[in-house]
Amino acid sequence: MTGTGIGAAVRRKEDLRFITGRGHYTDDISRPGQAYACFLRSPHAHARIRSIDTSAAANLPGVLAVLTGAELQADKIGNLICGWMIHSKDGSPMKMAPHPALAVGKVCYVGDPVAVVVAETLPQAKDAAEKIVVDYEVLPAVADPAKAKEGPQIHEVAPRNTIYEWALGDKAATDAAFASARHVTRLDIVNNRLAPNALEPRAAIGEYDAGSDSFTLWNTTQNPHVARLVISAFVGLAPEHKLRVIAPDVGGGFGSKIFIYPEEVVALWASKRVGRPVKWTCDRSEAFLADAHGRDHVTHAEMAFDDKGKIVGLRVHTIANLGAYMSTFSSSIPTYLYATLLSGQYAIPHIYCEVDAVYTNTVPVDAYRGAGRPEATFVVERLVEVGARELGIDPPELRRRNFIKSFPHQTPVIMTYDAGDYEASLRKALEIADYKNFPKRKRESARRGKLRGIGFSTYIEACGIAPSQAVGSLGAGVGLWESAEVRVNPTGSVEVLTGSHSHGQGHETTFAQLVSDRLGIPIENVSVIHGDTDKVQFGMGTYGSRSGAVGMSAIAKALDKVEAKAKKVASHLLEAAEGDIEFKDGKFIVSGTDKSATWADVALHAYIAHKFSGQELEPGLKEGAFYDPTNFTFPAGCHICEVEVDPDTGEVTIVGWTAVDDFGVVINPMIVEGQVHGGIAQGVGQALLEHAVYNSDGQLVTGSLMDYAMPRAGNLPSYKVDMTVTRCPSNPLGVKGCGEAGAIAAPAAVINAVTDAVGVEDIPMPATPQAVWSAIRSRAQPRQAA
Amino acid sequence: MAMTMNGEVRLQAPREEVWTKLNDPEVLKSCIPGCESLDKKSDTEFEAVATNKIGPVKARFKGRVTLSDLDPPNGYKISGQGDGGVAGFAKGGATVTLTPAEDGGTVLSYAVEAQIGGKLAQLGQRLVNGAAKKLADQFFEKFAAAVNPKEQA
Repeated sequence: MTGTGIGAAVRRKEDLRFITGRGHYTDDISRPGQAYACFLRSPHAHARIRSIDTSAAANLPGVLAVLTGAELQADKIGNLICGWMIHSKDGSPMKMAPHPALAVGKVCYVGDPVAVVVAETLPQAKDAAEKIVVDYEVLPAVADPAKAKEGPQIHEVAPRNTIYEWALGDKAATDAAFASARHVTRLDIVNNRLAPNALEPRAAIGEYDAGSDSFTLWNTTQNPHVARLVISAFVGLAPEHKLRVIAPDVGGGFGSKIFIYPEEVVALWASKRVGRPVKWTCDRSEAFLADAHGRDHVTHAEMAFDDKGKIVGLRVHTIANLGAYMSTFSSSIPTYLYATLLSGQYAIPHIYCEVDAVYTNTVPVDAYRGAGRPEATFVVERLVEVGARELGIDPPELRRRNFIKSFPHQTPVIMTYDAGDYEASLRKALEIADYKNFPKRKRESARRGKLRGIGFSTYIEACGIAPSQAVGSLGAGVGLWESAEVRVNPTGSVEVLTGSHSHGQGHETTFAQLVSDRLGIPIENVSVIHGDTDKVQFGMGTYGSRSGAVGMSAIAKALDKVEAKAKKVASHLLEAAEGDIEFKDGKFIVSGTDKSATWADVALHAYIAHKFSGQELEPGLKEGAFYDPTNFTFPAGCHICEVEVDPDTGEVTIVGWTAVDDFGVVINPMIVEGQVHGGIAQGVGQALLEHAVYNSDGQLVTGSLMDYAMPRAGNLPSYKVDMTVTRCPSNPLGVKGCGEAGAIAAPAAVINAVTDAVGVEDIPMPATPQAVWSAIRSRAQPRQAA
Repeated sequence: MAMTMNGEVRLQAPREEVWTKLNDPEVLKSCIPGCESLDKKSDTEFEAVATNKIGPVKARFKGRVTLSDLDPPNGYKISGQGDGGVAGFAKGGATVTLTPAEDGGTVLSYAVEAQIGGKLAQLGQRLVNGAAKKLADQFFEKFAAAVNPKEQA
């Protein structure tokens, strides 16, 4: 380690520009002649469009074009797609309804784009949008996933609004396990719907160059190559080689910027129509309506135990709301990213899970930090906690009895866990949280009239998505490998071109740490380049905590090739046999001699090529690699939340938080800790504050930060974060991924703590003061503060 | 999520007079909050333009006002729906019942139902009950004034 290598808490290289306002986001970019787009959105959740009159709008000053679904169809612009095929239990394929970028014939959710105005200025575009007259025939709507099947049919292709009725696991064996069980714990769970709210709203600039007949799209995307592929191959706007997608600095994604949305497609298409670059920047109000939401599950779950507290079976039925249209990866979230994690950290012999995905008149639902895994963890960890309470077994002890202890472990739901030590993280967390003195603290709280509770979440997640062959067999339309190219310059500095994309994760630092570690050069001499399809080779982007395990593994593979080539150059330079060259601490040494060459010497000689002929060795030092993982990675850990509840107001205060995570090898502990902090904040937000609410008419009534409560510093405690390490055997770096862990672990820990404090299991998320107060009042015999 | 509310006002005029004023477009126009125009299309249909503000959203609504369930002089239902462009829409109605009071006046009782959508609902949901109550109060206050001009003077 050079001090900036793997394991060093290096300060983030990118932060200087971010915290001094020198970042370069999509909206910071202005193109010569740029015009502005404003979308007219449906105020109705479900309506037929009888007519659209754009004439008044088109005649306003500054207006360049007013476009609707009719023009989109005339130009034969294709629909947006969902790229993961799921089949129902009966073998039928999922019912994917057409999703045009501008509504054609009907609107299916409040916010569905109906028309776009392109004008010289944004105020002109907004004024003109006011003048568009749409005659709607309002139809009945349904927003609640539990009522979707009985609600008005939204799409012709999907009777009973059912997209698929999917199942995983062995039903007969699971039913048999339940039949012989000593005890069954049952829960009805709603995993509340969330609005992502990345700090930077989405934005797009489309530009058409008539000279080269090619397009450029600047876009807030987490995966520019995937966006280019979908827009060219499915939407059909331009051939892939005639479309450049640039994702500059992106201010947070949390999944919501993975997807290919209508607005960027329209901005690109409109730029050719009007012959001018077209910029669209979402505002916060619009983001609530138009960004894909997360979660929104309604679940009934049952866990069966034998007489020793061993889990013998798990049965889950979930209704998953996918919204009005199927977003890019929506189908995979409540299936292969959810049901496959239902074994948690436990050796459960039989699991059967059914998932019904439904359309509703709400904005599409897709991946949001954790994507399926927070939902799975919540189901498993609530069941285990409630089961322990019902069986009268200490919750940590019940977990211990059921932990998986040997690896690899094949679960009944596809996954093969490669490594972990769940007992170790639990033990360490109990110690840090001072669990043995919890009763004392509880009594102390009671003296002050407060109800104290403690909740556990021993979560697991699957990251490093994913082995391409495996996901292909499960219906994925793409491979999930990653690419890298390492370019060594003649002066020895290095550019890493990665197919991953950083939107807050700190890749410019951590990826440079890997290079620094391997080549022994300072991280200042390493640049990380990403997010531009004209610069970087095809890559799959960043989501699912994959950039370390998959993205960095690709870089490591390219670095292996660079080192091998550099050794050849060094052997000529040092006039020694290639086999005698050792590379250590940034130096090439001839074994057993004092002859050596520096990294910079070798880099220079690779390019000047004076010491070898082109027939012996190609000049230059640049290598690329595609890395396809052999397995998912399985970060896991134990979070313990301690709360105090005010019985008079129902207010929950988090008074303690312990997180002990096993992320495998850690590249930068400071960045990892930051990821844990942020993840917990989002998880606490889900558990206590956040809820995207549609009323029964399909109107979004939590459409601003006045009504949608984001977590603030005051809602969060000072966390105690620690780690245990089991090396991941499934990638060369031994890393697992840390980006989503907090958001996955936290909701169950909070609700387990709140229900422990109050003594009532039926408390919904978010556990607002009103919900908790009502739960306290619902107790037949109020629990006396002991 | 339709919001509903009820209320009543006591008017110092006989039922027949109140009923006549309830059907007089000029009276209605002066009572509908923010009403800019009310054009009679038939005995029971009007086209209206009104500007109103709900929470942070101000919008100029264009729409129809319809009278239905006419039962002179016992009451009717007055309903309206307005399109506020990008601000969204509002619709609602009031069932108005007139009963004779002991003092020779009239008790006007109303049951209001209102619905909003689009940006109005997104930003104004928490304020809509208050706003709708205020609008209804304004309407019936002005209507009472129109019926009892002397009292208000």
